[in-house]
Amino acid sequence: MAKEWVDMTPDERQEALIARWMAPKDPQGNDIKFQNPQAEKDYKDRITRIKDALQMKKLPDRVPVFLAPSFYPAYYAGITPYEAMYDYEKCNMAFKKFVLDFKPDGNLGAAVPGPGKFFEILDYKLYSWPGHGVAKEQSYQANEGEYMTADEYDAFIEDPSNYFTHSYLPRVFGKLEGFPMLPVLTGIVEMYGVAGNFIPFGLPPVQATYQALFEAGAEALKWGMAMGAFSAEVNGAGFPVIASGFTKAPFDFVGDTLRGTRGVMLDMYRCPDKLHEAMERLVPIMIKMGVDTAMMNGHPIIFIPLHKGADGFLSDAQFKEFYWPTFRKVLLGLIEQGVVPMPAAEGSWTTRLEVMSDLPKGKTLWMIDNSDIFKAKKTLGKVSCMFGNVQSDLLVLGTPQQVKDYVKKLVDECAPGGGFIVSNGAFFDQAKAENVHALVDAAMEYGSKVCK
Amino acid sequence: MAGDLVNLLADLKEQEALKVVKDRLAKGEDAFKILDDARSGMEIVGKRFAESQYFIPDLVYSGEILKAVSELVKPKLTKGADAKKLGKVVFGTVAGDIHDIGKDIVVFMLDVNGFEVHDLGVDVPVQKFVDKIKETGAPVVGLSGFLTLAFDSMKQTIEAISGAGLRDKVKIMIGGGQMSEEVRKYTGADAYGKDAMAGVSLAQKWIAS
Repeated sequence: MAKEWVDMTPDERQEALIARWMAPKDPQGNDIKFQNPQAEKDYKDRITRIKDALQMKKLPDRVPVFLAPSFYPAYYAGITPYEAMYDYEKCNMAFKKFVLDFKPDGNLGAAVPGPGKFFEILDYKLYSWPGHGVAKEQSYQANEGEYMTADEYDAFIEDPSNYFTHSYLPRVFGKLEGFPMLPVLTGIVEMYGVAGNFIPFGLPPVQATYQALFEAGAEALKWGMAMGAFSAEVNGAGFPVIASGFTKAPFDFVGDTLRGTRGVMLDMYRCPDKLHEAMERLVPIMIKMGVDTAMMNGHPIIFIPLHKGADGFLSDAQFKEFYWPTFRKVLLGLIEQGVVPMPAAEGSWTTRLEVMSDLPKGKTLWMIDNSDIFKAKKTLGKVSCMFGNVQSDLLVLGTPQQVKDYVKKLVDECAPGGGFIVSNGAFFDQAKAENVHALVDAAMEYGSKVCK
Repeated sequence: MAGDLVNLLADLKEQEALKVVKDRLAKGEDAFKILDDARSGMEIVGKRFAESQYFIPDLVYSGEILKAVSELVKPKLTKGADAKKLGKVVFGTVAGDIHDIGKDIVVFMLDVNGFEVHDLGVDVPVQKFVDKIKETGAPVVGLSGFLTLAFDSMKQTIEAISGAGLRDKVKIMIGGGQMSEEVRKYTGADAYGKDAMAGVSLAQKWIAS
């Protein structure tokens, strides 16, 4: 009999999750039908290649290649970001065309645009999106703000879920204005007084909120089914999707969406203890968010977009005190459960590389943007697989030959010894198609030589 | 005494700095002199940032302290000449891009280094840059952008500045997320600034010449 999850070592759990990734399911839980035996072989070869690069135990048969775009597939297929967000069929068509035309070993799926109508139904304020604050031809962008005020740390720390329900969510979703009236659910016990807790559900604002939620839920489900169909189709054609969900570094959780950049930076001076306490409170929550998604989707890789730890955003001392410790705890918590964290270090993180190297070997997959990749190879690259560093300006403005030359340099310097994947460095909207082809072609050409 | 406020602000001692300001005001000291000391403190902050002793959080915090100092001092200010500025700079994040963190830092650094900055905000339409340059006669323009879509917005903004016959009257710098020397060439700007200090150096160089 197979070992129970609780009895497995982290290595065994990682292998078990990779095995589930190798045998993909559709949204109904049935095995995905591969288009033909070759597609099945390609799918499994690609995952094996990624796995070998990740685990750093043996060289892969060739250096793998990822493409991690933002809205590029929409532009490439001739649809606007607005269409990609409002017409799920068109979105799938565009992202499928992207995968089939460029043939990366790993792609990010089609979930990046997200369902525009859903955001509209709930009146989402945290982002502006195509046709709703930014032009239909552009990608969505965040609206930073102090959605949690500095004096609310205690309420958040005491009960994060309750704080989200009563304070945070109604501020970022206009239609959740009934939520502050809801009872505290942990007050629903025994017989006496139980019904009193349910009175709010009879009030018109709460009922209006629930009406909006039903509508939003139906829309989210429709979108989810379309995304599932996309995965089934590209998996069936032999192309694995590289991430199954996401979680966040606690400092970014607070800084990106609760307090805003300015807020979290002031808190480091004015209420450092509260900030620390809130981040510690978030550690198990962030771990659970990643682990639950990975287990549900049968896929080991969890994406972690990193923002406010980049060079310049914090001093080294601040990075070591405020950013890294709780982030590292989240990484280790994920690794313990066999999950492979995929942090995306957008921008430059060159001054953080030494600190970030304090991780077990062969367990993480780092996306590197414009950090010094050659320094990274000697530090973070000793313990972790890295991908990226083909930068956006090169993809937009360079020539195919320049892209090829750069990929060759990357492969020559970073691929020996394993633990390297060729990829773009930042989630890109624009690029010349011939440059994207050049990236993949160069990975195939030079990436095979170095593994012989 | 004066040195106290300068250093307290430079060292980001918010509570102590505000206490000194209150004490000095209570003693009937000239509000302009207090504000001058605060500005001197901010110059040290800018210098430390340029020397990588300070980082973005320190700038943000110093800005907050200065704001609090100004609020205490303002009611006591009689009207009078403002400090003389080095020169005018028009600054903004280009059309389609709503990112402001990088822009705000450069604007802040230009300000503490003595420039009169006209900050147009984010997602600035091409025409607004042109109008502001005409209105102020500023010889320096800064275009900020985080996204790759900003490459084209910057190019269009610079084309419009040329179209209005202003191109030889201004020097234009670009900076932000995915910008580089290659992007500078593409957009037709005069220079690319890697960080806020590079932006300040460019403005100093251009306004001196």
